[in-house]
Amino acid sequence: MTESKPELMPASTREAVLVRLDKAGIRKGGDWLVRGVDLTVSPGEIVTLIGPNGSGKSTTAKLALGILKPSEGRASRRPGLKVGYVPQKLAIDWTLPLSVQRFLRLTNPLSDAQCRDALEQTGAGRLLKSEIRTLSGGELQRVMLARAIARNPDLLVLDEPVQGVDYAGEIAIYDLISEIRGSLGCGILMISHDLHVVMAAADQVICLNGHVCCRGTPSDVSQDDSYHALFGARAGTALAVYEHRHDHVHLPDGKVRHADGSLCSDCPGAHHDHTVDGHIHAADRHAVDGNGTDGAAHNEAGKRKELGNAG
Amino acid sequence: MLDDFFTRALVAGIGVALVAGPLGCFIIWRRMAYFGDTLSHAALLGVTLALLLEINTTLAVAGVSVLVAVLLLFLRRSDTLSSDALLGLLSHSALALGLVCLAFMTWVRVDLLGLLFGDILAVTRLDIAMIYGGGGLVLCVLALIWRRLFAATVSADLAAGEGQQPDRTDLVFMVLTAVVIAISLKIIGALLITALLIIPAAAARRLSSTPEQMAVVAALAGAASAAGGLYASLHYDTPSGPSIVVAAMVLFVVSLVPGGLIVRRMGAKTRGDRP
Repeated sequence: MTESKPELMPASTREAVLVRLDKAGIRKGGDWLVRGVDLTVSPGEIVTLIGPNGSGKSTTAKLALGILKPSEGRASRRPGLKVGYVPQKLAIDWTLPLSVQRFLRLTNPLSDAQCRDALEQTGAGRLLKSEIRTLSGGELQRVMLARAIARNPDLLVLDEPVQGVDYAGEIAIYDLISEIRGSLGCGILMISHDLHVVMAAADQVICLNGHVCCRGTPSDVSQDDSYHALFGARAGTALAVYEHRHDHVHLPDGKVRHADGSLCSDCPGAHHDHTVDGHIHAADRHAVDGNGTDGAAHNEAGKRKELGNAG
Repeated sequence: MLDDFFTRALVAGIGVALVAGPLGCFIIWRRMAYFGDTLSHAALLGVTLALLLEINTTLAVAGVSVLVAVLLLFLRRSDTLSSDALLGLLSHSALALGLVCLAFMTWVRVDLLGLLFGDILAVTRLDIAMIYGGGGLVLCVLALIWRRLFAATVSADLAAGEGQQPDRTDLVFMVLTAVVIAISLKIIGALLITALLIIPAAAARRLSSTPEQMAVVAALAGAASAAGGLYASLHYDTPSGPSIVVAAMVLFVVSLVPGGLIVRRMGAKTRGDRP
């Protein structure tokens, strides 16, 4: 197997950082899919990408993995980095006979015991001999996660790892992900929609919408105005919210209007820290007004915890 | 033994089918049937070139097919046209261009029907040597890249993300396909080569539970179709290519008979996929 080593890192950062994006951006057909992304994942760290549909989360993950080459900026990985990847989609033709066991062995040889063990961990032990095509969405997700874990990777990249997984299973899988971080000591780059769990498990949260809107620890980000603008008021109810000044507004046509009134269509510098200068995404502006306490969301979060304990 | 034209055709046909089966499996797994069509239609351009430059037909066809394969790979990456439209455009343009060029070359007499549908009378000892030499090489390379090609077939992103280079594997696979098309041209003809790649593989699907098993069954099904088709061709004086394809089709239908399960699955899949 040949390992891709596009750009080697200097020796000093070799131990610390598994993967690094440096002002990375990618353009397709004249449009920037994502631009100006800085990101590092260190061993034992969980970095989570959040953002609306089409905000460039999967693209950013693919830049980090080297599947896509950045049009500007740099992407580098530690030499010899072993990656376990759970892609967002898997499109397998019905003519391809593929058992779960064979799928687990796709990129590395595994013993029967290792296969069974990995599937047991993700709660899919009984699926060992099943055909991939016959699995449900949630089952496939568990199998893909098992495959990525079984590789014993340095870096796990999980693109929406719990899509289609049932409610109790979702919590079990997030628990498993935290556990793996502890036992394997691997870094984890995760894309998720489930804000409650993201906020509970991640070390660093990066909020994307074509560029980095805000970043920081979960508590920092959950107080950030642009985070509320993207996800609505309920997303932030668990933590205190305060007033913000906005330095730019996203217009519906994708342009960015700055506080001084200037417009730009592809603004690499429209990135800001969470503390002072938040911004509103015009389409979701209403969401910012609802910062007050939302009892329903509180209850939902509470219920969810109970379920997790029960399961 | 190879003195008899029919024995030569039989040996050549079985050789071609043995190589086409495993390669055809990848073609259907990767939904590349139309891609195979494009390459085989471009083969006609290769024939024209061979006549013009007076070089070996198989070599010229292999060269042109490889060129078209690389061109396709390049165009597909630039995302200008949808893959489907692109293939349709190239496929039929290449076929038409080849036919027009042949018509212009009034000084050579070409058996057009033989080129399009195969001609068992045309197989020479050199052809057999090329089929077994080239085909053996193709199978060796395929065995070497099997694991990587299979991973790239299941998910190119996954393979790339985990340190493999699916682009490179894809390129090798396309070159292999081009070589198989070149050596199949005389037996089965430019219009029907794709059928020899796809139909035995499809027939093998119902009878196999692992990818490797499917490749072997496809090779055997292909060889059986080639033998059956060539006998029929001799007996009923039909062109060899269509006869082989009809034989393969019969095998495919037979593979469906126990249970008819695959038809129901296909139906379910089509219904499920299209909103």
